Amino acid sequence: MTQADQSFVEFEATLRARAPQLLESLQQGRLDETAQMLNELNQMRNNGLYQEVGKLTRELHNAIVKLEMDTSATGGDPSPITDATDRLSYVVTMTEKAANRTMDLVEESTPLVNYVSYEAQSLTADWQRFMRREMNAEEFRELVRRVDSFLQRSMNDGSQLSQNLSEIMLAQDFQDLTGQVIKRVTRLVSELESNLLNLVLMAGQVDRMAGIRHDCDAMRLEQERKKREKEPSNGEGPQMHADIREDVVSGQDDVDDLLSSLGF
Amino acid sequence: MDKNMKILIVDDFSTMRRIIKNLLRDLGFTNTAEADDGTTALPMLKSGSFDFLVTDWNMPGMSGIDLLRHVRADERLKHLPVLMVTAEAKRDQIIEAAQAGVNGYVVKPFTAQVLKEKIEKIFERVNG
Repeated sequence: MTQADQSFVEFEATLRARAPQLLESLQQGRLDETAQMLNELNQMRNNGLYQEVGKLTRELHNAIVKLEMDTSATGGDPSPITDATDRLSYVVTMTEKAANRTMDLVEESTPLVNYVSYEAQSLTADWQRFMRREMNAEEFRELVRRVDSFLQRSMNDGSQLSQNLSEIMLAQDFQDLTGQVIKRVTRLVSELESNLLNLVLMAGQVDRMAGIRHDCDAMRLEQERKKREKEPSNGEGPQMHADIREDVVSGQDDVDDLLSSLGF
Repeated sequence: MDKNMKILIVDDFSTMRRIIKNLLRDLGFTNTAEADDGTTALPMLKSGSFDFLVTDWNMPGMSGIDLLRHVRADERLKHLPVLMVTAEAKRDQIIEAAQAGVNGYVVKPFTAQVLKEKIEKIFERVNG
């Protein structure tokens, strides 16, 4: 049992114990005694309430301190939320940079590969003519010159290609760095959630003491309305757990099936 | 299929535009232009003589689905073939796009082969 429950239970027990006494004095017309008892009970309830509000305030303060939020708002270190935002922007920048670097290297490498493939094909044709002895001396000298330049260029392009490939490999190092950053931000979000939940629980205790009732139905309706507002038109980005969800396609084949069922 | 046709690529991420542009070039289509959302794409479509539109769905400003609706509502653009290339994967969304008059739908992540197939299918239908 938590401390908050404890004080509520104590209050409830006292209330039960005093109730018959209260009824008795009321029935016997001892109004001043009744009023006195009511005052005492009220006092006790108020004390409990003050205590709960006190605890809530303390907990709120702790949560703020734990999350290192800057309450003075006069500069200093950025709050963890600002920090998390910065970190996520860093992830966007890093992944964009890596994608562009990789594409640069691929674009740089494509003509090299194309040249080797094109020139090898053309040399093969001429080489076969030579093997069939269909080539005169002049043409042969030209072929030799071309083979020489092909070998020379293949050597250079080969080493350039292998360098590009290892740079493409290195450009994937963002995965490690961004992974670390995302894990930190995820941890912060979980901490925020558990702190908020704790505060809601404590506030609930204050409500019980004070006898405040919230309109749960209205809150639920509001939640439903917000959910409905998130219409598919707005776009939601990639879906998680697509393979186990009914309302989401799990790949291009699913899309094609759905579209063909619609007459596409 | 006319390899010289003018294609507009609309996506808010420059890397994705670049990937699509490269894939289209590998397929022989080199006459491409780019826009980063519907708001910039629509005037380009209205003033340029584009033959094909490839668009993402989720973008700031005007989304791809709204761009599609604008295109279909425009007297001069309403027959423009539109391919949606997007991460949006809800069945409701695909149905919504179909109802709005999309010609093809590719979900990210996709392959060069899928893009090629869908483009060929679209132009088979358009020309057939």
